Amino acid sequence: MGSIKDAFHRMGSPRFFYLGSSLWVRGLYVGGIVSLVIGSFWGLVLAPPDKYQGDSFRIMYMHVPSAHLAEMVYFACAVAGFVYVVWRMKMADVFIAAAAPVGAILTSLSLVSGILWGMPTWGTGWVWDMRTTSVLVLLFLFFGLIALRQAIPRLDRAAYSVAILALVGVVNIPIIKYSVVWFTTLHQPASITFVNEPTIETSMLWPLLVNSIGLYIFVAGVILAAMRVEVLKREQATEWVRTITRSMQR
Amino acid sequence: MGNFEVQFRRDLLIAIRGRTETANPIAFFVLALSLFVFAVGTDSETLPRVAPGVVWVVALFAAMLSTENLFHRDYDDGSLELMLLHDRPLFIGVMGKLLAHWCVSGLPVAILSPLAAIFINAPSEVVAILAGTLLLGTPVLTLIGGIGAALTAGLGRGGLLLAVMVMPLYIPVLIFGSGACYRVLDGAPATGPALWLTALLVGSITLAPFAIGAALRASQEY
Repeated sequence: MGSIKDAFHRMGSPRFFYLGSSLWVRGLYVGGIVSLVIGSFWGLVLAPPDKYQGDSFRIMYMHVPSAHLAEMVYFACAVAGFVYVVWRMKMADVFIAAAAPVGAILTSLSLVSGILWGMPTWGTGWVWDMRTTSVLVLLFLFFGLIALRQAIPRLDRAAYSVAILALVGVVNIPIIKYSVVWFTTLHQPASITFVNEPTIETSMLWPLLVNSIGLYIFVAGVILAAMRVEVLKREQATEWVRTITRSMQR
Repeated sequence: MGNFEVQFRRDLLIAIRGRTETANPIAFFVLALSLFVFAVGTDSETLPRVAPGVVWVVALFAAMLSTENLFHRDYDDGSLELMLLHDRPLFIGVMGKLLAHWCVSGLPVAILSPLAAIFINAPSEVVAILAGTLLLGTPVLTLIGGIGAALTAGLGRGGLLLAVMVMPLYIPVLIFGSGACYRVLDGAPATGPALWLTALLVGSITLAPFAIGAALRASQEY
């Protein structure tokens, strides 16, 4: 138990985090890019075309992982918010600061790819159905997190306020989802669940899984890299950051 | 309960004495409604159809704009700090402030809404349900808006920031509120969305004051 607690405390130290994470970033980037390349090649070239949608379904290999990941990033922000509110752990706030823009980008990516997918298959780019609408709301929630942090000059207050907003948002997500069920229309029901046999052909499913895992790893790398920058920015007055920047200049 | 009563009475008194500021949400409500009529036109088909939704959206904006200054004055003159120092639970005082605020922003809008509905040619069968859903929904708007107001207290640039934060959280209220009206318009019972609104009200009364309290403590963070 003691060692776990120690590790938790050490991870809370920006310096330990910065020095320990540089290899991780590289590893995650390599792993993520490799599996994204494999998954995309598999999905775009090797997987058979869809019976009804032809080749246009292949945008799924970007659309589904990014939508899924965007939601996970928000949940992760809320968990980090909880950690910050309870333990005042600096690194939890660094995580939210780094992850919120990444989440907003992922959400936009899934919305844009959804529009591109919808145009040939549904005949319309935008449909106000449950999942489109809740992803749109998710984008707004990310905007809120980013805007609130931008507006508060004091770091401590910004951290605490953003953490509270993330928690309020995560409480609201299920409510928003159920309220949005009211607009059920064209969207196909979710095809991959953990309880039932997936209704998607396995030859199409595997590249999707590889791509999802690849995007997970890649985004973890991106967030970690952004956190490192954030740490350097916040700790710029400390001696260890100065030594690093001095050695970089040389 | 002392704290609740003190805050409620004090805020209500301030609101009644500062009449113009108190009248602003109501004036906004009426003005924005008539703007909608100018924009949509007085077509006897479209205007009654959009009317309930328009009233709801305008009521939502009125609620949002008025929550902006919920904590500003208290933050500026230091009474917020005193409230935080008090040894009684913070959320009770917060509830008093919110109730007082709702009495001068959401409640008048809900009371005025039948008049507003007639004003923009809403079908007569929708008038009662519109007022009812507003009565249920505007307190939720005040409670959620209170979280945003507490988070931005003392920042001096509420406005758009508050809107960006709070609007996504307003969406369920808007959906169920105007959804109930359209159900009635289409001849279906509105019990479902009305019950949902009630659930939202109960849930936000239970949870929002704690979030507001925490956010207010954050506003004094140094």
